[in-house]
Amino acid sequence: MITADLISQHQLTSAEYDKIVEILGREPSYTELGIFSVMWSEHCSYKSSRLHLKKLPTRGKLVVQGPGENAGIIDIGGGYVIAFKIESHNHPSFIEPFQGAATGVGGILRDIFTMGARPIAVLDSLRFGRPDDPITGPRNRRILTGVVSGIAHYGNCFGVPTVGGECIFEPCYDGNPLVNVFALGVCRKEDVFYAKAAGVGNPVIYVGARTGRDGIHGASMASAEFTEESKQKRPNVQVGDPFMEKLLLEACLEAMQTGAIVGIQDMGAAGLTCSTCEMGSRGGVGIEIELDLVPQRAAGMTPYEIMLSESQERMLLVAEKGREAEVFRVFRKWGLEAVEIGTVTDDGRLRVRHHGELVADIPNRELADEAPLYDRPHDMQAPEIRPTPVLPKADVQSTLPVLLAAPDICSKRWIWQQYDHQVRTNTIAGPGAEAAVIRIKETGTSVAMSLDGNGRYTRLSPRDGAMLAVAEACRNLATVGARPVAATNCLNFGNPERPEIMAQLVAAIEGMADACRFFDTPITGGNVSLYNETLGEGIYPTPVLGVVGLLKTAPPVTIPFKHAGRSVVLLGGIGGCDDVHMGGTEYAKEIVKKLWGRPPLLDLEYEQRVQYAIRRILAEGLAESAHDLSDGGLAVALAECSFGPAEIGAQIELDSNLRPDVLAFHEAPSRILISTTNPKRVVAVAEKYEVEAPVVGVTIEKGIEIRQRTITLGSWEIAALRSAYEGALESYVR
Amino acid sequence: MKFGVIVFPGSNCDHDAFYAVSANLGQSAEFIWHDSRSLGDVDAVILPGGFAYGDYLRCGAIAKFSPVMQAVRDFAAAGGLVLGVCNGFQILVEAGLLPGALIRNRSLKFICRDVHLRTETSRSAFTSAAQRGEILRMPIAHGEGCYFADERTLDELQAEDRIAFRYLDNPNGSARDIAGILNRQRNVMGMMPHPERATEPLMGSSDGLIIFESMLRMVQAARPAFAPAGRR
Repeated sequence: MITADLISQHQLTSAEYDKIVEILGREPSYTELGIFSVMWSEHCSYKSSRLHLKKLPTRGKLVVQGPGENAGIIDIGGGYVIAFKIESHNHPSFIEPFQGAATGVGGILRDIFTMGARPIAVLDSLRFGRPDDPITGPRNRRILTGVVSGIAHYGNCFGVPTVGGECIFEPCYDGNPLVNVFALGVCRKEDVFYAKAAGVGNPVIYVGARTGRDGIHGASMASAEFTEESKQKRPNVQVGDPFMEKLLLEACLEAMQTGAIVGIQDMGAAGLTCSTCEMGSRGGVGIEIELDLVPQRAAGMTPYEIMLSESQERMLLVAEKGREAEVFRVFRKWGLEAVEIGTVTDDGRLRVRHHGELVADIPNRELADEAPLYDRPHDMQAPEIRPTPVLPKADVQSTLPVLLAAPDICSKRWIWQQYDHQVRTNTIAGPGAEAAVIRIKETGTSVAMSLDGNGRYTRLSPRDGAMLAVAEACRNLATVGARPVAATNCLNFGNPERPEIMAQLVAAIEGMADACRFFDTPITGGNVSLYNETLGEGIYPTPVLGVVGLLKTAPPVTIPFKHAGRSVVLLGGIGGCDDVHMGGTEYAKEIVKKLWGRPPLLDLEYEQRVQYAIRRILAEGLAESAHDLSDGGLAVALAECSFGPAEIGAQIELDSNLRPDVLAFHEAPSRILISTTNPKRVVAVAEKYEVEAPVVGVTIEKGIEIRQRTITLGSWEIAALRSAYEGALESYVR
Repeated sequence: MKFGVIVFPGSNCDHDAFYAVSANLGQSAEFIWHDSRSLGDVDAVILPGGFAYGDYLRCGAIAKFSPVMQAVRDFAAAGGLVLGVCNGFQILVEAGLLPGALIRNRSLKFICRDVHLRTETSRSAFTSAAQRGEILRMPIAHGEGCYFADERTLDELQAEDRIAFRYLDNPNGSARDIAGILNRQRNVMGMMPHPERATEPLMGSSDGLIIFESMLRMVQAARPAFAPAGRR
């Protein structure tokens, strides 16, 4: 008997329930109610965001597969494609940091190899509360440590290099950390597989780990705010087994080679439910399964539990009838269970039997693709941020070491040293580089990747913040010589039922759409994570963008200065900034300890010309080092350039009327610091693209000095700056 | 020369070892599945890095029981060259082909970074192309790489010139800075650092090549007279 209580426990509204009754023409069974509730959860159905996600550009010359599959696919030439996507695992990572993060990695890896692509790179975008906060610090550090070990545990064992990402600390993530994982794989163009069932009478085969009671309603959990009771949801978090995933990877790729597989999908959120109805819906067919045949870890599991379990490391595939044995042989070789649990039917329905008895009978398309769609109110602005304060004047000399040790800016080596970032021997530029660069041995080309998002900017202006994220990610790629070709996004926001949150989401999507269209980086997939709130306290709106680019395989131009006596050029120019646009910077955060005003101004046209110019400069071999300016502005970037093996410094003289601290630390985009033996040619290239390129100084054997015209703003020993920069994170987590 | 690369289900540096000796050393190579009872006609065997059978127990503890390990034991006993890298080193130790044990890093954390190694002996099939004292740079990537043995064993390794490499800056707490050791017959070597990840400039270092070159040199020199076992 379905009661109103039961309906609300399943986070379904009464209107949604009525729609279920309408679709079925009768009252749902308990199992059916569970199935609908997970498929129509925010996490699986995107019911609040779908309407707006349509605004994103998804097509392009190189796009083989856009949104709607397990991952997007881009043609990289030479007969090869890459599959990539980013996904969040925020809610589980808060409840159980280690397993939450580990299974986040596992989930996205399956999304990649289910398409036939071998994963070759992982990047992570992480957000935590501050590690140095006197009250919340201990818990934040515990979450940080757990998440990092979880990612390391899974990725290292699986054998995929974790090659980059970002990690930001902000009080708004105290009760709601963000764990966004990006993965990328490669395969031959003709070897791509789709999650589509076809061929009436074909067997439906279950492979991988057994189904247990773990993770039931994980998708629904990820679709609600956190409360005091959320800790009791720990059993909703799944437990990862990276060795099993590795077996699954090898077995699936090998089984795909037999030619006997028609379609395949991993069991992620909403497990067996999602994989069956989505594969059926995509193929316009029905699927009938018998749950008695599903390998089970626990005795006496109910149909409800089996259908909703989110046990990890499982896949569902449809094979060609009569060729099952070829598939089974491969899985047996890898020591995995593979069982025929049902067949493809012609009536478009998902039919689930248990002990032969029909326990669910639902039309696939209505279940998978016709979830409720909401145009939620979004006509309210977030409360105005405090007005611009009178900026206290800070001394550049003493501020730089403070900023270098700030959690957001300091070296993240403590994190990435725990990740195997070199396995598969393709890592040309790994963690700590401008962008990660992975070579594709088969094609002689490389793929560059960058993840970017700045919650402070987006809090101040969702639209501008999202555009700045796109611009920065593309700039990072340009700075290693890559041409951005496509993107994936992870949209982390609060409760969409609140109009001011919905307004942030809509504005961020629109900003991202415009910027991606401008840079010709279509979004081929991604993930939306809403309800990132704990006890009514929401996170900053945090859209994270992953951009991939292509380049020829070659020794990389890296960040550090290589030799003394080289000219230092600030491609893009010194830029301008007023007090209002200082409000989102690291300087505002760490020194003024406030957030206000607007994010830095972005001129898309100018940004693109800067990117053209840097790619040209790199292609001509003119730059010995290149580093884009971002958090902490010019002074921080300059210091980072001096942290190479040779510790080459620089003497810089800036011709500007800006206030010294603003000059040193403002975060105007479209700027790249390079060192060169041929400044004349660099300036000529810049002129061609109508980009400013002042020669601001020269590299020197020892130390860093910044002057504003003739006045020295600061001069530092590199070793002192370096120890502030490199020791900070370790000192927080110790 | 033909290298055999052993593949356990959880090996994940198998392709890298294969690539290093084929593409960068220019020799032939083949994968050998963990349930094979024979090594075929290979001239040397590499046990690559990874997590052989998940290694949820002790690293390499299950791998030592795999069918292929009996073949590796026979091959080694007959004088064949066996190189174990990272997880391969852990397996060789568990299988009793090398003394000691590899335990959790002192930091209790997985560590992936470049290290500098000092070549402690050039008197082996794996280091003959290097000079004694030569410094090599290559990466480590392990959570359980802290070499441990009792004092007597350590003294013995030292006295018998069986320490192949030492860390200059011990990253994991290994006894006496040991990064790699030889068996008494000097035809089996285990090391935690990854030479296969340092075999071309694009990887950031080519220093690891010297180990494979040494093996090649040994096999070529021995070729007329030397017929390794396992070739049945």
